Amino acid sequence: MSALLEVRGLKTHFDTRAGMVKAVDGIDFTLDAGEVLGLVGESGSGKTVASFSILGLIDPPGRVVEGSIRFKGEELVGAPVARMRQLRGREIAMVFQDPMMTLTPVLRIETQMVETILAHEKVSKKAARDRAISVLARVGIPSPEDRIRAYPHQFSGGMRQRVAIAIALLHSPALILADEPTTALDVTIQGQIIAEMQKLVAETGTAMVWVSHDLAVVETIADTVAVMYAGRIVEHGPSAEVIGNPAHPYTEGLLNSIPSRTTPGQRLNQIPGMAPSVLHLPPGCPFAPRCRHAIPACATPPPVQYVGAGHMARCLAPLSREVAS
Amino acid sequence: MTVFLIRRLLQTAGVLLAVSLVVFIGLYAVGNPAEILLPDDATEAERQAAILALGLDQPIWVQYGVFLKNALTGDLGTSFVYNTPSITLILQRFPATLELALSALFIAIVLGAPLGLYAGLHPGTRLDRTIVTGSILGFSLPNFWQGLMLILVFSIGLGWLPSSGRGATGTILGIETSFATWDGIRHLILPATNLALFKLALVIRLTRAQVRETMPLDFVKFARAKGISETRIVGVHVAKTIAAPIVTVIGMELGSVIAFAVITESIFAWPGMGKLIIDSINKLDRPVVAAYLLVITFMFIMINLIVDLLYTALDPRVRLGGKA
Repeated sequence: MSALLEVRGLKTHFDTRAGMVKAVDGIDFTLDAGEVLGLVGESGSGKTVASFSILGLIDPPGRVVEGSIRFKGEELVGAPVARMRQLRGREIAMVFQDPMMTLTPVLRIETQMVETILAHEKVSKKAARDRAISVLARVGIPSPEDRIRAYPHQFSGGMRQRVAIAIALLHSPALILADEPTTALDVTIQGQIIAEMQKLVAETGTAMVWVSHDLAVVETIADTVAVMYAGRIVEHGPSAEVIGNPAHPYTEGLLNSIPSRTTPGQRLNQIPGMAPSVLHLPPGCPFAPRCRHAIPACATPPPVQYVGAGHMARCLAPLSREVAS
Repeated sequence: MTVFLIRRLLQTAGVLLAVSLVVFIGLYAVGNPAEILLPDDATEAERQAAILALGLDQPIWVQYGVFLKNALTGDLGTSFVYNTPSITLILQRFPATLELALSALFIAIVLGAPLGLYAGLHPGTRLDRTIVTGSILGFSLPNFWQGLMLILVFSIGLGWLPSSGRGATGTILGIETSFATWDGIRHLILPATNLALFKLALVIRLTRAQVRETMPLDFVKFARAKGISETRIVGVHVAKTIAAPIVTVIGMELGSVIAFAVITESIFAWPGMGKLIIDSINKLDRPVVAAYLLVITFMFIMINLIVDLLYTALDPRVRLGGKA
């Protein structure tokens, strides 16, 4: 069966004055219809750049230098601007991290929703408006026929994110890219939004790439998990596998630093050091300087190893199942 | 809204009172109008008569009191020189100045906004650098020099346009204006351009800066992710976002264009308020100067008020008067 989204050897680099920033440096993954992929990593690991690359929304000086992104069999790398515009919003939609920033402050919600519909379909304004109202109702906006006349600043953060999600759902896209959609929200609202999106993608059979730095969130929503570090995927597999039996020391470190997994009173585990600058990567495994299992051989590029069915780790010495906590 | 307006009107009265005091004391300190108005061979008796007639023998606070009392009835004094009410003199000249100022601002906006928009959308390109460099010239070349160069090139050199006066005027909807006749428009072009150049540079720079500030924002990227056209993103999302600050600045500039049209009006012998005020200052025609300054102050306050109201219309996040 052909995958909905197939990313092969994707490299997105930024040619800055300080040098070439390899934000995404050769990632591969596939996504089937209706599947939810959790793309996990620290700030600067390249996960957001990866999702913008799929939409073709990388601003200069960045560009996709290599690789292929196939969506429903169609190559998106190098696709004409007009074609990308057709796909955006209709076939592939995106929800951004900060709901305070994503809606245009001076335009009514109605304007921003109706224009999204009219950009892709020839329907009357009235029909577009009715559809917008029904989608707002679906994402849990109370009295949508009144609220649609409001401006973004008249909504709370959680409500704004619901509006952004509603905009993403307007055309029932085949794929939604969700870039940390709950990070900027209160914990209680986070839970609501996650549950809401889970329900919506299940109802419509929409595939989703859920970008997050929070493995606990990803665990609840994703079918498969890809862990990114310094522009590469270091571990990839079914989410129960990756989270239950992490093979890469970095994944293990991420899991250990989730507070709820630590016994109360015990010091919180942390990964020492910080994510390396993608400007000056060590030649070998980029995680080696922070890895407590590192051995001298880690100074050479780490091989890709399979530790289970569809469970890959880019590590010289993947953690064995018994050792994994 | 009503509370806001009432409070604003009270503030206006206070500002006008303060300005009138400053203006009056300032004018009192400068020279004796009787000396300038009387011929050199006037006798002492004639001098005394003139001083008495103008009320100049009274102490300053009495003169100010009389001035205030008259002002409250709408009488801002009678010109020493023309012997007509100073407010009438000013209002007679006002249309000419307003016409000049609005034309200048129109030129500045119609040329400046698109140029600034282009420059802001394509930073670093050759055309952007040309526009920005050009705007530096607009800022830094002295206004009077620009005016003289315009006359030199277009009136004397090429002989295309007249260099002085207002030309023939006609009436449109009962208002006397240069726009009614071709001759009037021809007379308007050079002074309006002269007055516009500085504002043009300002509008270009402001628009460019606003566009550059807005384009990298998340909502622009989100709009792109929705698949709407670039034209709509720039024309609706970005334009509406930057409209409020630009309208504010342009509104303020309308006041300054009217108030400081003095230089342009002098160069092109434009029969507006600016020329009147220069002549009045030279002749120490105190009532006209005082009335002019009060009218200008009042105009500035009103423009500010209109700008504030416009701002709320353009930016839904702004609500007038807060909780009040």
